[in-house]
Amino acid sequence: MIIESVSEDILYFIELLLGGLTRGSIYALIALGYTMVYGIIELINFAHGEIYMLGAFTALIISGIMTMNGYAGMSVFFTAMLVAVIYSSAYGYTLEKIAYQPLRNAPRLSPLISAIGMSIFLQNYVMLAQTSDFMPFPSLLPDFKCLAWIDYMIGGPELVILMTTVIVMICLTILIKYTRIGKAMRATAQDKKMAMLVGIDINRMISATFVIGSALAAIAGVLIASHIGQINFYIGFIAGIKAFTAAVLGGIGSIPGAVLGGLVLGLTESFATGYVSSDYEDVFAFALLVLILIVRPSGLVGKTTLQKV
Amino acid sequence: MKNVMTVLVCFVLTLSTGYADTINLGVAGAHSGDLASYGLPSVKAAELVVEMINARGGVLGKKVVIWAEDDSCKPEMATNTATRLVSKGVHVVMGHICSGATKAALGIYKDMKIVTMSPSATNPDLTQSGDYPNFYRTIASDDAQARLEVDFALNTLKVKKIAVIHDKGDYGKGLAEYARRFIQDSGKANVVLYEGITPGAVDYSAVIRKIKRSKAQAVIFGGYHPEASKLISGMRKKRMDTIFISDDGVKDDTFIKVAKKYAEGVYATGPKDVSKHPMTQKATKDHQKKYGKDPGAFFLNAYSATLALLNAIEKSGTTKYEPIRKALETEYVETPLGQIRFDRQGDAVGVGFSMYQVQNGQYVEVK
Repeated sequence: MIIESVSEDILYFIELLLGGLTRGSIYALIALGYTMVYGIIELINFAHGEIYMLGAFTALIISGIMTMNGYAGMSVFFTAMLVAVIYSSAYGYTLEKIAYQPLRNAPRLSPLISAIGMSIFLQNYVMLAQTSDFMPFPSLLPDFKCLAWIDYMIGGPELVILMTTVIVMICLTILIKYTRIGKAMRATAQDKKMAMLVGIDINRMISATFVIGSALAAIAGVLIASHIGQINFYIGFIAGIKAFTAAVLGGIGSIPGAVLGGLVLGLTESFATGYVSSDYEDVFAFALLVLILIVRPSGLVGKTTLQKV
Repeated sequence: MKNVMTVLVCFVLTLSTGYADTINLGVAGAHSGDLASYGLPSVKAAELVVEMINARGGVLGKKVVIWAEDDSCKPEMATNTATRLVSKGVHVVMGHICSGATKAALGIYKDMKIVTMSPSATNPDLTQSGDYPNFYRTIASDDAQARLEVDFALNTLKVKKIAVIHDKGDYGKGLAEYARRFIQDSGKANVVLYEGITPGAVDYSAVIRKIKRSKAQAVIFGGYHPEASKLISGMRKKRMDTIFISDDGVKDDTFIKVAKKYAEGVYATGPKDVSKHPMTQKATKDHQKKYGKDPGAFFLNAYSATLALLNAIEKSGTTKYEPIRKALETEYVETPLGQIRFDRQGDAVGVGFSMYQVQNGQYVEVK
């Protein structure tokens, strides 16, 4: 009897852990785009959540068209994902050119306000062009047969999100640390003028950052929407706020930090709900954020940068 | 100067006493201000009913006259409104519209022994407190949905363990609190879990695991369809067959569209469908003919209230307080909301909500 109840408690713990990891990797996947843009140009791109939402909407439209024409299975998933990535990247590129590039030498608050403006604009644009109602999103990812024995704990789409987050994190780290473009990006981040003097086209580097960030947002949008099963024009805002929190928690600008921050946030919420009450889920999450920022003002793995005078 | 005053006083007096040989129906509510759209349809409803009844020869052989007074839905104005109506000699009052204003005015009507019937005041205390024996209403009270959900779970489905979940909002949490209280008061089942979830969160897997751990046989959810569809799909994906009961925030076709196959079997309460009732169709058509547009909020409730009040006067043969109350509580009257009478507390019997279930992708009324 005792053993039975203990094993039930352990099972409950494992389920909460897996739920927290899934939720955390959702946050992390969006947070990666945030943190990358911040790392390069120190801009909090508030429209990132909207790019995520646009990616989900694009995938919805593409998968709708393909399903009507008789396609099914993974081909729909990959095509929808590809189109969403290209479309969102184009949005990210244009967004930077229209809203941020003209303000590059303006005081730091101006691009922030511009970002909030773009966020509101894109939300309302989708609301008017598409719908303000909730739309069902097809589950593009199949429930894998081989996972049937644990699907009450973690489903196929959840595993895919978890793995994608890890893969994206590794790829990004490699890209930034070991490639030519990564080196140029880091140079741009450290000192724009100096980077220009050594022959780096910093406008191209910043555009590239936005394109990569937006592509990540689109991937997140498609995966998460197919996990949740419903989207509307407002999903980007709520997901964006949580992802932003995760990025700050981990140390904004740091790529492993975004993932760590996301996972910590997701696990905190999951355990707070499981062992206390879901009424206090956000209270715990933000109390944790405040505590960590008091002890480590630059986040869990963020580096303390000296102010350049 | 003195003469002028006397003339003025006489003038006011003749105006204010009304006509002794008519039936005076007071209509009170928000006729101006922000909430006028809730109150004005009740005036139109009263006008249509009175016109119809006067054309038939009135009530007790007398013509019915409407005295409409505005309270802007403000409690402090409602007492003045009530005093004005009393001074005009109304026999019965159809109103007020908002619960707060209604409560403020009711004391005055109670002292003057005037039967009052609201088409829209939904605060449960107005009838359940027992403070206002002169008060009746043709709308279900706020806790009616919770009552129906709990009765259905306990008596029809016979579940013993219930999880009550809400979305922390005014509507959802209010409903969940009533549901919890009704379950506890009944003593027939236990509330094994009572939790609020955050609307818009990416998933509810932790809460779903908690529901599973609580071994609840049924979930009563207070809130709207986006959260409900996330909850139900999460539960069914975790292979939980827990019964799901919710409210008219979920009795929406979008819920079925979004939750798809997972919506199947979900119960939700919703307003009784009266659109096919011939009297409803006639009332709506009359409104369109007279005012050139579709009726507004609470129109049918006000129409029914007016009918019920005038019917009670006709049936009791007098305009006295006690006989009218007795007639309201015993005599059925045919209205657009169906055949109704009132219980001892003052709530209309047979008005309100029905239980619906998703069957083959559609909400079907559960008999």
